[in-house]
Amino acid sequence: MKRNVLPGLPLSLGITLFYVALIVVLPLAALVVKAASLGPAEYWAIVSSPRAVASYRVTVLSALVATAFNLVFGLALAWVLVRYRFPGRRIIDAIVDLPFALPTAVAGIALTTLFASNGWFGALLAPFGIKVAYTPLGIMVAMCFTSLPFIVRTVQPVLEDLDPALEEAAQSLGGSDSAIFVRVILPLLIPALLAGLSLSFARSLGEFGAIIFIAGNQPMETEITALLAFIRLEEYDYQAAAAIASVLLITAFLMLAATNLLQARALRYTARS
Amino acid sequence: MKIRLDQVVKTFDTFRAVHGVSLEIESGQLVALLGPSGSGKTTILRMVAGLEYADGGHIYFGDQDATDIPVRDRGVGFVFQHYALFPHMTLAENIAFGMKVSKTKRSKTEIATRVLELLRLVKLEGLGDRFPGQISGGQRQRVALARALAVDPKVLLLDEPFGALDANVRRDLRRWLREIHDELGITTLFVTHDQEEALDLADRVVILDQGRVVQEGTPAEVCREPNSAFVMRFLGDANRITATVRDGRAYIGETVMDAPSSSDGPIDIYLRPGDIDWRPDGNGIPATIVRVLDRPGGRRVLANVEGGTALEFDVPPETDVRSGQLGRLQIKRSRLYPA
Amino acid sequence: MIPTRRKLPRVGDGPIIRRVLIGTTLFFGAILVLAPLIVIAVEAFGQGVKAYAATIAHPDTRHAIFMTVATALIAVPVNTAFGLAAAWAITKFDFWGRRALLVVIEIPFSISPIVAGVAYLFVYGLQGLFGPMLEAADIKILFALPGIVLASMFVTAPFVARELIPLMQAQGRDLEEAATSLGASGWRTFFSVTLPNVKWALLYGVVLCNARVMGEFGAVSVVSGNIRGQTNTLPLHIELLYHDYQAAGAFAAASILATLAVVTIIAKVALERRGAGRRPALAAATNEPKAGNRP
Repeated sequence: MKRNVLPGLPLSLGITLFYVALIVVLPLAALVVKAASLGPAEYWAIVSSPRAVASYRVTVLSALVATAFNLVFGLALAWVLVRYRFPGRRIIDAIVDLPFALPTAVAGIALTTLFASNGWFGALLAPFGIKVAYTPLGIMVAMCFTSLPFIVRTVQPVLEDLDPALEEAAQSLGGSDSAIFVRVILPLLIPALLAGLSLSFARSLGEFGAIIFIAGNQPMETEITALLAFIRLEEYDYQAAAAIASVLLITAFLMLAATNLLQARALRYTARS
Repeated sequence: MKIRLDQVVKTFDTFRAVHGVSLEIESGQLVALLGPSGSGKTTILRMVAGLEYADGGHIYFGDQDATDIPVRDRGVGFVFQHYALFPHMTLAENIAFGMKVSKTKRSKTEIATRVLELLRLVKLEGLGDRFPGQISGGQRQRVALARALAVDPKVLLLDEPFGALDANVRRDLRRWLREIHDELGITTLFVTHDQEEALDLADRVVILDQGRVVQEGTPAEVCREPNSAFVMRFLGDANRITATVRDGRAYIGETVMDAPSSSDGPIDIYLRPGDIDWRPDGNGIPATIVRVLDRPGGRRVLANVEGGTALEFDVPPETDVRSGQLGRLQIKRSRLYPA
Repeated sequence: MIPTRRKLPRVGDGPIIRRVLIGTTLFFGAILVLAPLIVIAVEAFGQGVKAYAATIAHPDTRHAIFMTVATALIAVPVNTAFGLAAAWAITKFDFWGRRALLVVIEIPFSISPIVAGVAYLFVYGLQGLFGPMLEAADIKILFALPGIVLASMFVTAPFVARELIPLMQAQGRDLEEAATSLGASGWRTFFSVTLPNVKWALLYGVVLCNARVMGEFGAVSVVSGNIRGQTNTLPLHIELLYHDYQAAGAFAAASILATLAVVTIIAKVALERRGAGRRPALAAATNEPKAGNRP
């Protein structure tokens, strides 16, 4: 190992490790220990109960739909912000971050008010028999909102830095716009899209504040997994809360691992031989 | 394919990059666009490619007016300065790209055969599965050329093809590009700011300055008969001596030389370092040696003539010269331009 | 004749596709992002300025504001110090487990805040590791300010570090090594060489961290116990009012946080103009590798 000239490793690393241990690792370990203390049979019974399974279904399905929407919309938005110049572009660019900056509870009550059957949008949709608030559709809307910036913000810098000569080269070789987009631009955006996709999906799976207002929270129908863990706590059923929270935790870790693998694969062309 | 530019104009915002340039490039020739940065050479190349539209004038490919044909239909092969290889595609996929997106459908095997053929042409057999990030700069350059050739272009265009390479790689690739050109006989136009590169490689050299063609001709023509002080200076080391012409004779201090075709008045005399002979005494312009630089092929002498003008010239390696030495300079060859 | 300037169209520059894309994104952007902001303002003042003022002036609201500000005043500086320490250790030294540490620091970013809250319960709650011990010593962490602060720190732990690390990584160690070789002490080097170079990124991280701390809902709602007038932060107070059918009051309280969000975004844009927040593109490799690289 290279010897270091700079001072401060023991102090800075000490603070970092202490803080990470106390604030991040200790609580997660406590949660895992609590969930593990249940025993396999009991744990399985809790996490595979019909109400829990129903909550996974609505959470995962809604998150998938929201992420798919954001994949298309986020890519389009990033494209529009990078490629086109039009009045108001800078303002749009700034307010893309609103879902990050706006507290989720605030977003929750605002979206609920907008999409309730007497709200601005709810009233427009009601004649078509479309109900958003207090249905799975509402959960999707809330997830779309809270995870909107992820894909935009991961794709945007890559699109900005894309060498224009690559497109010119493809044009000079006779490529049509659609061929160039599909064969050159999109593949170069894939690592960024994957990163944004996984962040967006993880955020949707874990989102709580924005959803509970708009979801209606009917068990078996519009109850998300995070809320079920919360309800178990309120019922003083700590073990069930620990078990369900551990499912969310494991999912998050699996997501992280999968993303890293996919990204490594998508970026394999950068590996030097 | 013969290329003809007729009064081509290009303006960026308020900056006029190309002023009414007219050029003819015969079919099968290898032509260099040579000029300092900002001379408009890359802009001209990009207009020929269709990567920029001309604001005025016409570009003909053969008899066809190609001015408004978009780049994707123009049938040119373009090699970019930094190659612009697609980083996510293997070398083989890069080379195949043009054939895959082409309107003329080719079978998979046909494409694969052609890719192998091109890899062999650019001496990269067996590297088809590598990615551009995994090969050297010189190799990337050759892939870029193979990719451009894959679509059977009517014209090959190269933007500073060796600009980003080390000096020795550059020299090898230069010879090699000449060989490929002679083998394929495709009309080729390349841009460079390196006069040695242009003179080594091209059949004809077009010298540009500030968006205008200043001289055009074979390497021999532009070297032997530079038509302006700019071309003289740009093509290589040149000494300048100011003189005055009276009645067909130029007066440099006390020295007099013939200047039959110059009109009376001040004049600049340009001399290459090899145009000057040094002798310790005798006739000629008196000069004092200031410094001697030793080089592999000879000795470069820096000397001052009376009046303080500094001159550089070369002497054979065995010549005994030292700084401080006094001697005489004789002018073997010179070119005169009005001051 | 004055030449007309035509630019070579790039991919997607056709007038139809351009209009369709701009139109669609503006439409959805307005529905999804702009409308919530407007509806907050409309609802907050829906019953007049007087009702608005009354909600804000209500002791419960004021206490919630106090709780939120107090939490931020503790959690943000502590997180900032942690972020600086972590960035210094990770970017200025090579040590075993460096990459693993990076991953661990980023964990809170991908975990549901509810999981965080539940996890804290099992450390400091009565059923948790230290609960009985704390009870015996009569120290109250959960359902009180310390618990809220701790949960907020978990959720925002990566915020400052993740702005600093990429920047300090890119800046390398040369400047610090030069300062040290000239005889500067470690602290001197840090304050007069490192800090000035990262100040905007640091501020950027602090602004984002603050916004998240003040707005955190899920994690805090688990550990606060939701005691009105005692342990409610502003976001929790909004929920309480909303479920009490005091929508106007909820929106009045929400308008404070919405204002904070807008201020945060303005600060963010201002800091981005100074170069903060521009993370090196995830795939720097998407650009053609620089020429002259070895094979």
